Amino acid sequence: MSGTAISAENLVKWFGEGEARTVAVRDASFAAEYGQILYIVGPSGSGKTTLLSMVSGILKPNSGSVIVEGEDIWGMSEDRIARIRLNKIGFVFQDYHLFPRLTTAENVAVPLILKKMNWNQALNVALEYLDIVGLKERAQLPPYKLSGGEQQRVAIARAIAGQPDILIFDEPTASLDGDTGRKIIEFVKAKILDEKRCIIIVTHDSRIYEYADTIMKMEDGKIIGFEKNHAHEK
Amino acid sequence: MPGILKIALKLLINDRSKFTALLVGITFAVFLMVMMTSMFSGILTRSSSSVYNIGAKIWVMDPAVNNATSSIPMPDYVLSAARSIKGVRYAVPLYFGTAQVKLKDGSYQATTVVGLDDATLYGRPELLEGNINDIYADNAFIVVKDAEYSKLGKPGVGNEFEINDHRGVVVGLAKVASSGLFGIPTIYTTYSRAITYIPSTRFTTSYILIEPKRENDIPAIQQEIGKLGYQALTRDQFVGKISDFYTFKTGMGMNILLMTTISFVVGLSISGQTFYTFILENLEKFGALKAIGARSNELIAMILFQASFTSLIGYGLGVGAASTFMILARLRMPDYAAQITFVILGFALLMVLVIASVSSYIGVRKVLQIQPFDIFRG
Repeated sequence: MSGTAISAENLVKWFGEGEARTVAVRDASFAAEYGQILYIVGPSGSGKTTLLSMVSGILKPNSGSVIVEGEDIWGMSEDRIARIRLNKIGFVFQDYHLFPRLTTAENVAVPLILKKMNWNQALNVALEYLDIVGLKERAQLPPYKLSGGEQQRVAIARAIAGQPDILIFDEPTASLDGDTGRKIIEFVKAKILDEKRCIIIVTHDSRIYEYADTIMKMEDGKIIGFEKNHAHEK
Repeated sequence: MPGILKIALKLLINDRSKFTALLVGITFAVFLMVMMTSMFSGILTRSSSSVYNIGAKIWVMDPAVNNATSSIPMPDYVLSAARSIKGVRYAVPLYFGTAQVKLKDGSYQATTVVGLDDATLYGRPELLEGNINDIYADNAFIVVKDAEYSKLGKPGVGNEFEINDHRGVVVGLAKVASSGLFGIPTIYTTYSRAITYIPSTRFTTSYILIEPKRENDIPAIQQEIGKLGYQALTRDQFVGKISDFYTFKTGMGMNILLMTTISFVVGLSISGQTFYTFILENLEKFGALKAIGARSNELIAMILFQASFTSLIGYGLGVGAASTFMILARLRMPDYAAQITFVILGFALLMVLVIASVSSYIGVRKVLQIQPFDIFRG
């Protein structure tokens, strides 16, 4: 598969009203392609997370649109947006947000269970994804017994278990040391990215910029430029 | 079980400390509520024990009578008048009083004495030992073999005692449906012997028991008795009057209501607070679920399931604890007045559902307020 996985057009988001109004994102437009890793980078407060939230159907923009499969998701009902998130988008949160009271396998099975898959079947599929991230033998442990890097991989397994087209990583290396962070991104690039998938990563960790296909820079809520990594062009 | 509810169950029960605290709170509340209402129910039933045991359809009494044991004697003409009312099959007098019985060892025991109509023995108890006709023998009494029986020294047929310097002979042992409220034994004899042996007031008829010809005659009979300045109540009306007296005029009802309310508030506070803390601790996780794609109704279902599951387990444990307590209490105190009825079980279940609903409401409100965006913002 090639082409545009998701695109944003003229997204605007502000918080507060009157004098207290703060514009977080101004007129942001971009597109993310299948088979590519798009980085959204910029200093703290530049609007990266707000933009990512609007693109992933989590935060409603004040204006603009987000197109997935030719449809503006912000024209849909809340339930339908939730279904789009479940079926099309996988999330890896900065703090992982794994359930400490569930086993690692059960954590990975969560999106499958939300998709109404049978419990045992979901656990079997979860084991396959844990195998992909190299943690099958840890399947029955609770997440808090895993290292930070392992928890990150469990979060990745959970994000890809639902076979989403778009994977969204929020500061994936923020809680990891440099070496582990690089290994995680190398792993994502080697094992998770394929022609049918697009990955968007929000980060301000310059040590992992080398793995991006495109780097989108933001400052004060504006997209100030795109940088292609020509080394990755085939 | 749907997978989403299985997740909810695992999130709940794998957090053992919170789950235990929730169960303790609800179990404690149910235990207290069931105990309080069961004791009250037991007291009310015991307070009407004579009415149940004698079993007459209509009781005629002075309107000032507010419970079975504090009867106000009526003049004889009331009995004659009652017998002449249309629709009355028969009407008999009943003596109801208390006397000190002197036992063989020289000790005294307060006793309820029931004097049955000599001609009909209407309202007589079921005999366990002896012959009912022996009640016509000299000094004959029938002793009720209930929880208070041992207070008379567990007399057998043929044993003797003294009552107001008269000789009394036990000619039979009887069983009744319910023991009395005040923990004193009951003996039966004939009406004429009762008013002879026990110091009496000018009038001696405590109650008049009426058997109507048909159920439809009851309102007319009540009306005619009313014209005499007395009150005729059906068995249920009399029981209701006694219950009202103990509930509203003795402070007992208010105290029980207060204790039950306190139990409910304690249970609600413990479980509501614990459930709220549980939700707060898992709030980010619910937010993450929302971000992943869980719909609001799925999150609501999870919370309702968690609250209901905990509440119903707590309800079962609470009812079990109260039942066990009552069984153990009865082993030590056979006349322990507490009874669990279906109404009490239903009431406790209703209260538990209120606790579950309030706890769920707090949780649902909090979870619906969380925005997945907050998860991204950290």
